Formats: sequence, structure tokens, C-alpha cells
Amino acid sequence: MEENRKVVIELQNVKRDFKVGSETVHALRGVSFKIYEGEFVTIMGTSGSGKSTLLNQLGCLDTPTSGEYYLDGTSVREMSKSQRARLRNRKIGFVFQNYNLLAKTTAVENVELPLMYNSSYNASQRREAAIKALEAVGLADRLEHKSNQMSGGQMQRVAIARALVNNPAVILADEATGNLDTRTSFEVLVLFQKLHAEGRTIIFVTHNPEIAQYSSRNIMLRDGKIREDVINNNILSAAEALANLPKPQDD
Amino acid sequence: MNFLNLIKIAIKAIRSNRFRSFLSMLGIIIGVAAVIIMMAIGQGSKESVRQNISQMGTNIIMIQPGTDMMRGGVRPDPSSMQTLKLEDYNALLESDLQFVSHMSPEVTASGQCIYGANNTSTTVYGESVEYLDIRQLEVTDGEMFTNDDIKKSSKVCVIGKTVATQLFPDGSDPIGKTIRFKSIPFKVVGVLKSKGYNSFGMDQDNLLIAPYTTVMKRIQAQTYFSSINCSALTEEVTDYAIDELTAKLRALHKLKDFAEDDFTIRSQQEMMDTMSSTMDMITIILVVAAAFSLLVAGIGIMNIMLVSVTERTKEIGLRMSVGARGFDISCQFLIESIMISLTGGIIGVLVGYFASILCSTLFMLPTSIPLWAIVVSFIVCTVIGIGFGYFPARKAAMMDPIEAIRYE
Repeated sequence: MEENRKVVIELQNVKRDFKVGSETVHALRGVSFKIYEGEFVTIMGTSGSGKSTLLNQLGCLDTPTSGEYYLDGTSVREMSKSQRARLRNRKIGFVFQNYNLLAKTTAVENVELPLMYNSSYNASQRREAAIKALEAVGLADRLEHKSNQMSGGQMQRVAIARALVNNPAVILADEATGNLDTRTSFEVLVLFQKLHAEGRTIIFVTHNPEIAQYSSRNIMLRDGKIREDVINNNILSAAEALANLPKPQDD
Repeated sequence: MNFLNLIKIAIKAIRSNRFRSFLSMLGIIIGVAAVIIMMAIGQGSKESVRQNISQMGTNIIMIQPGTDMMRGGVRPDPSSMQTLKLEDYNALLESDLQFVSHMSPEVTASGQCIYGANNTSTTVYGESVEYLDIRQLEVTDGEMFTNDDIKKSSKVCVIGKTVATQLFPDGSDPIGKTIRFKSIPFKVVGVLKSKGYNSFGMDQDNLLIAPYTTVMKRIQAQTYFSSINCSALTEEVTDYAIDELTAKLRALHKLKDFAEDDFTIRSQQEMMDTMSSTMDMITIILVVAAAFSLLVAGIGIMNIMLVSVTERTKEIGLRMSVGARGFDISCQFLIESIMISLTGGIIGVLVGYFASILCSTLFMLPTSIPLWAIVVSFIVCTVIGIGFGYFPARKAAMMDPIEAIRYE
């Protein structure tokens, strides 16, 4: 592994226990890894493997029971709720499975949302950054479309633009293609690969093993532990896969 | 997150749930409008009472026989009601009172008044000539009787407009006609300018004014007065005038230092204050009743906000994920509830304002909205917004973003 690259995420023996009634559930049983800048990592695992818990840790939505988590060099474990909110605002871009766009709100306003909680942006800077992010995901012509006037693929691209707008250290995608059909899924994957090519760090949590082929590294979880952590030296091109898909009949 | 953004978000949230927001506003609108209308009517009546009383003359001082009636007792000794004698009046007239400008003794009698085939029941006031100045009355037709008439106990009178129209329905001139009061003939020498009804609903034009000597001797056959009305030089010296009169009367009645006054002196000012405080009391009761509806409205807002928070759990989760702190979220919901209640307040004030105008034109109720009532309404609405929005806002702020974002 090239140790001279910048470490964006570092987990040191992270454990997370939940109390369910009188029993303690060990969702994470000591997970350690480093993610370097510019990596496109898929985290895979069946349900119950702890991947959601790990995602919450990585997204600073939760703190470890024990162990250390450094995001872009800062320790998250001791942080207060408000401090973590600020950290999420500056360092993380979330993409959710079901888009989570604000209803009856235009694309630009949706993308502006994270910057609304960043007082260093004024209204015009916010709009400018949002438009730039929407251009980056190929929605320059859909700026004023409301969320209910867009297709699933478009909504997910708005969500990706929203994750990009604060120029985060890492983009966290949670089953980002889970609600999309095959063709649209590939379109979104093409976009992720493009962002990867531009040097963005991406973590893509999924249970779909196919997606791992398009990422640069795959971490496999089982029962709260890492079972496999492999570098993918043969990254497939999502664009090619998209081109090879059979054309829809009614086109 | 700055304040302006929060307001924008709140407006958006309210607009996207227009009907629901309007319903919860409705409580506030009705509450504020009710308070404003009640205050307007209360304040208006109070002002009109004050105006009425001051129309009668704010510098009027009334001397009544007997000790202060307020203290009660089973039944006052009849002799205690006869303490104001003719001699008192004459002595007061002769002594040079510094602060008293006019004085008129008063003897009254009620009864039937007849002219030809017409009759009316009225009250005759036995007064001196100065009564017109004290009560600020005017004789429009004819003239006031004279001091000479008083000296001679002449059977002359001036009549109020109501008596004139009752006895002379054909509109003929009453001057010079002889009317009968309790079978005693009185020659009408003048007609008083109409004063209309006072705020207690009493017709101020239904009266006869005759020389006090005439009423004392020819109607009542009594030697004492039912009261003596005076006017102070100016409103400001009323209290000095009262002191002066008290001292003089005590000396005349030869009261010892420890003895209580056997008369009572009240000023119009005092009556006005009593009336005002009664009106204030009524206003307060009305406003408190109306204010309870505001409390109910506040609970309504809290209810709607709780629904709104639950409904927007996912949105809260999203906002938290992208960096909203609990504080930002609670501010968002607080501002929303403040905006609902404040908008309701503004509409309520407008509704109350127009309703009170309507009240005064339709029901002839005097109304007046004090500015402070409007200011207080807005403050109360803000307090309601914060007070009843706090719990829902806190509930929103306390949400766990992990659970909130997965909420379906």
C-alpha cells in the first residue's frame, strides 16, 4: 500500500455495542482500517453484518463504544453532538438510498441545504456553489425543477450534487443505487466513477456484490468484523457496462 | 445558520401546509380579536362615561346630608337625612368661600305633570339660579327664573325638552303656558337645551327646574335640602373647595372635633374615578375570559407543531445529517410556531379592529382600541409561539439523526 498518500479515514479497533433489553449486542467487534484520499471503497455485507453501524460511525452520526475514529485527522470519539454536526457539515457528503430530497423544493434549493448550516456562505455564494455542483452531475438544465418533477435517477443525481456542494473529505453513499433500475443504477455508477476519477474519496455501502467490480477497493464485513479487504486492480468501467446494456424495447 | 434562512424555511413550511397552518392560526385570530373587541368596548364605555360625567362639569361638588353612606348600617336615622338646612345654605352664601364659585341647594319631588289632556311623569328640581352654571345647562327658549322668583317662591319653572314634547306634542310654544305638577300650577318661563341620555341610560331632559323655595314650601313642605350642589373655581382646586366647605359646615353644625361629619361631600371627579374603576373591573373580567381562548389557541398550536415534527421526522434527520445542530432544528420549529401565532395575532388585531368599528356603528357601542392593547397582543402572541412551540421544537432537536432519517 502506498503509505505516502493522505489518510482520510482511520479506524482503530472500533467497537460498538448496543443494549437491547438486558442483552448486549456487539454490532462492531473491533474494526480497523485506513482509507486514503482518492479511494473508491465499497463496504459490503449481509444485513446484520454491522455495515449500517459502520456507516453511522463513518458518518459521525454515532460514536464508538471503544476504539478511535479519525476523520481527516480529527478524533471523533470525544466530540459532542453539535461538534459532530459541524464536522458532518464540513467534511462529509451523504447520499441515501431513497434520495431524501426536500419535498416541493427545487433542485438548487435542495443542493444548497448543507450550506444553509454554514455561516461562511452567503445567499449568492450558496446558489453559485449549488449550481456548480448540479452542473458536475449533469443537471445544469434542471436547476429549478422541483423534486416531485424529477425521475429517480435525476433525484439521486441531485442528492449526489448535495453531497458534493460542501466539497467534503469523503462522500458516503448508502445503497445509493438500491432504489434504481439497472440502467439508472449504471448511470449513477458512471457518475461515481467520474467523481472518483476527479480524485474524490468515496465510500459506497451496499449489499450488491456487482458494484464492488467498479470500485477500487472492497471491504467485506461479517458479524461485526472485517472478513476481507481487497484492492481491486481490475476496475470495470460503468460507462462500458451501460453501453452494453440491451436498449429498452420501447425506445 | 442565520436567522433569515430560518424565517424562509418557516414560511415555506407554513405555506406548504396552508390549510393546517390557517386552522391553528384561527385559534389565535379568534382569541386576539376577542381580546381586542372586549378591550375596545371596555375602554370605549369608560371613555364615554368619563366624557358624560365631565359634560356635567368636572368641578361639581355635591354635599349630601348624613354621614358617609358607604358605611351602611341597618337604617339611617331619618333626622340624619335632614342635616342640610336653609340656614346652612344661607350661611354658606354669606361666608366668602375662596374656592367655590357657584352654589345651589336641591330639593326634588317626583310626580305627574299635566297640561291639558297630556301628562308625563317627571321630577321637579328645586334649585337656585346658579344651578345652570353648575350643571352647564342652557335655556334655549325663554329665560331662567330669577332670584326675585326665588325670594317670592313664585310658581314658575323651566322645563326639559322631553317634558316639552310630552306636554306639547303639537309643537306649540310652551313659554307662558301654565302646567300643573301634582295639581300645583307652574308657569313655564323657559325650555332647556337638550342633553340627551347619559351613559346610565337616564333621560337628562325629563325634568322641571323650579325655584327651591317654591318646591320646599309648596310641594314638599320641608325645611331641609336633599343636597347642595356647588362648583369649585376650577377642577384643580376641587379638593381645597371640599376642605373649605367641610370646615364651614362643621362649624355651622357645631360639631366637636371627635364627631363625625353629619354630611357627606363628594366631587364629580371622585364619582368619575369610581365609575372608571368599575368599568376597568368589567373590562378586566371580559379580557381575562377572552384571554383563556388564547391559551386554548396556544395548545392548538402545540398540537399542530407536534404533528408537524412527527411528519417531518425524515426531513429533520436529513437536516441533521448535512450538519444541522439540535439548536438549528429547534430554532426552525420555534420560528415556525412564532410565525403562526404572530401572523394569527396580526390578523386577529385587524379582525378585532374592524369588528369593533362594526360594533360601534351597528350597536352604537362606544369603542376605542388603546395602542398598548395592540402591542401587548403581539407580545402575548410571541410568548405563546415560544411557550407552546418550545416542547415540539425540543422534541425535534432531541431526535437521533440515524433513526430520524430512516423513519417511514
